[in-house]
Amino acid sequence: MYKTEDFLVGETAWCPGCGNFAIRKALAEALAELSLPPHQVLISSGIGQAAKMPHYLKVNGFNGLHGRALPPAFAARVANPQLKVIISTGDGDSYGEGGNHFLHNIRRNPDISHFIHNNQIYGLTKGQASPTSEPGMITEVQSRGVLMPPLNPLALALVLEAGFVARCFSGEREHLKEVMKEAIHFPGYALVDILQPCPSFNKLNTFRWYKERVFKLENHDTTDWKAALELARQWGDKIPLGIFYKVPRPTYESSLPFLEGEPLANRSFDPLEVAHIQEEFL
Amino acid sequence: MELNILVGGAAGQGMETIMNLLGKVLLREGYNLLASKDYMSRVRGGHNFSRLRISPSTPWTHLETIDILVALNEETYFNHRDNLNPRGSIVYDTDYFSLEGENRGIGIPLQTMAREAGAVVMSNSVAAGALLGLLGLDTEKAEEIIREIFADKKEKVSENNIKALKMGFEEASRQCEDCYSLPSPDISSKRLYVDGNQVLGMSALASGCRFLSAYPMTPSTGIMNYLAGKSLKHDIVVEQAEDEIAAINMALGASYAGLRSLTVTSGGGFSLMVEGLSLAGMTETPVVIILAMRPGPATGLPTRTEQGDLGYAIHGGHGEFPRAVLSAVSHEDSFYRLNKAFELADKYQIPVIFLSDQNFADTHRSIPPFDFSRLNYNRYLARQEEEPSPYKRYRLTENGISPRALPGQMPGEVVLVDSDEHDEKGNIIEDEKTRRLMMEKRMKKMDLLAQEMDEPELYGSSEGDILLLGWGSTYGVLREAVDMLNKEGIKAFLLHFTDLWPLPRERIKTFLPGAKKVFCVENNATGQLASLIHRETNLEVEHKILKYDGRPFFPGEIIQEVKKHV
Repeated sequence: MYKTEDFLVGETAWCPGCGNFAIRKALAEALAELSLPPHQVLISSGIGQAAKMPHYLKVNGFNGLHGRALPPAFAARVANPQLKVIISTGDGDSYGEGGNHFLHNIRRNPDISHFIHNNQIYGLTKGQASPTSEPGMITEVQSRGVLMPPLNPLALALVLEAGFVARCFSGEREHLKEVMKEAIHFPGYALVDILQPCPSFNKLNTFRWYKERVFKLENHDTTDWKAALELARQWGDKIPLGIFYKVPRPTYESSLPFLEGEPLANRSFDPLEVAHIQEEFL
Repeated sequence: MELNILVGGAAGQGMETIMNLLGKVLLREGYNLLASKDYMSRVRGGHNFSRLRISPSTPWTHLETIDILVALNEETYFNHRDNLNPRGSIVYDTDYFSLEGENRGIGIPLQTMAREAGAVVMSNSVAAGALLGLLGLDTEKAEEIIREIFADKKEKVSENNIKALKMGFEEASRQCEDCYSLPSPDISSKRLYVDGNQVLGMSALASGCRFLSAYPMTPSTGIMNYLAGKSLKHDIVVEQAEDEIAAINMALGASYAGLRSLTVTSGGGFSLMVEGLSLAGMTETPVVIILAMRPGPATGLPTRTEQGDLGYAIHGGHGEFPRAVLSAVSHEDSFYRLNKAFELADKYQIPVIFLSDQNFADTHRSIPPFDFSRLNYNRYLARQEEEPSPYKRYRLTENGISPRALPGQMPGEVVLVDSDEHDEKGNIIEDEKTRRLMMEKRMKKMDLLAQEMDEPELYGSSEGDILLLGWGSTYGVLREAVDMLNKEGIKAFLLHFTDLWPLPRERIKTFLPGAKKVFCVENNATGQLASLIHRETNLEVEHKILKYDGRPFFPGEIIQEVKKHV
């Protein structure tokens, strides 16, 4: 058995009041409650404040390039399905720089969870708009205010038939932890968009701004795709939290029968055993 | 006696089918052969052709001369007639055009005959039969191969194709009795008939590569096709990535988690990969990248050949990190050389770039079977009982190689890799001292790598006056150029590089200063090997023979240039 404290390591470099603290704590709690041994968990991340997560949790970590958390996570999972693979990274990383990987890994559907710390702003580079920033938000770069409508990650994922689509808020840690546990358990790609305040750079979507708007879903049928899409389009005065959609579909791993059994990474190999492959060229 | 055959037509007319059938027949009859294709970046129309050379000794390169021209359209005749041997033959389709005033023509109604045999699409079987007739062979082996090709189709398909083959055969035999006699076959040993991409695919499989992620890009796609065909039987994950950025990042993730990983691409795709290449350098994650070069810049000439990315392979990627660059020089060597790439990647925890090009990728040769016992498979992983706890992925060691463990391998321990500069555990740092130690740790590996590099192959007598320098796929043409020069009394020899970075320097230092004339021969516009040699040894290469029109060299072109200076 593992305790939450077993997973918490390192000295964080986040600002006071950052939503990342609660997300980190919820993730550690989820891992402890699921009783996952640290050496069998992998967190993959890109670059950004959220992407520092592998340094602050005692699990395996692949802290790669900006926008590129998904490709290595997918491949590591295929190489060793004994690893629980979680992506913990930001909105710029997942929806901006890494947008193409986001689209195609939903299609690929590997058994990984994707936790997106969505603070609607770029923190590490000090306050430029992210793909999810509100129109009108003024920053040093977007000096006339954000002109483009925001990317709607949940609607996008639903349209691509992602099997698990959820939204959480860092201010609702208990709820976040429970959704994380379900996502980790879910067989297939599981998206959890986590709203979080950025007290240093996002003066618009503050903790209070979210707190006043979010509400937890009740009596929602998570197999109703149309209802899920309706919920995904809800934003403004009322912002729904919870699992919008949860319907498993065949995973990438299940399409390759040879992935069953001993992980590929652990299998032995001897070149002499395949010497016959040249016979087709005789 | 040797023979050079060229089959040409529009894309979609089936030149490749004819050549593959003919190649396999000749192989089984015991001949030494070489076949290449020259094709346009389009799926229909244009002018495409394949060359095939049969010679008594190993053919290493094509010659400009054509002995038998198979013209499936008139354009082929006009494009190639100037290179046709005065005593050569032209097999052409009388259903398409006529050759007036040409006494070398052997007209065969390919389409009419094919229709008679069952369907127009079989006109390439008629043409293959005609070639066999012309060469004085029988159709027995070809029939056997046609049955193999159509084994999973209805018997009628094989029978009709054989019928078409025989019709072409009889007509050509009638028109040209005893036109050609082939060199005596070498039937004592078994041989393979493979192209460069198939050699690399086989080598990857036999090196224990279990993960290939790539985005299709000519001329590397053949490797992906080969491994995809073996995926289910040999437990190899072959994933078509959404782009080359994903391809290399996937390969790194798979490698981190324990698989020997490969990605294949050409110049444009490699450009997208270089950030990931730098990540491999920083995280010390083994990966092999096959860069099958084609002419750039940008989309360039997609189906043609060039050696324009040597400098890029050595320098691509931001920051400084150790890497190795090897190249494909011949089918025989590349099988073992790519295995070496995988071993170096694992042993030194580095990216290794393997340079191929269209000329190598698309050339078929008959070669002796490979010796699989010469392949290595070592993973160089750390053992938990030998590592202090907590495990440190980037533990500082004397030789710069840190203990590599896989995630999940050591119960109680975790493996953290980071693209930021990091400490021994993999955690982000910014202090000067750790940065210095980590840079030094990584760069130390270059000294060890330098000791692993093979010196360039020496061909011909080093007593010669003329030194030719080359690298990669020009090996064959340079070898024959040396032979031809020596026959003409010009004493020439060749130093040909397989391993390029870190550049092996001993032989260059030994032989370059003593040679009367030195020529660096490269399929690029700036002489990238010559510049590299100058930079690394301070030795100047006097002459460069460069070709950058997208086509491989002919030996005659090299000899002509050499003679200008002798």
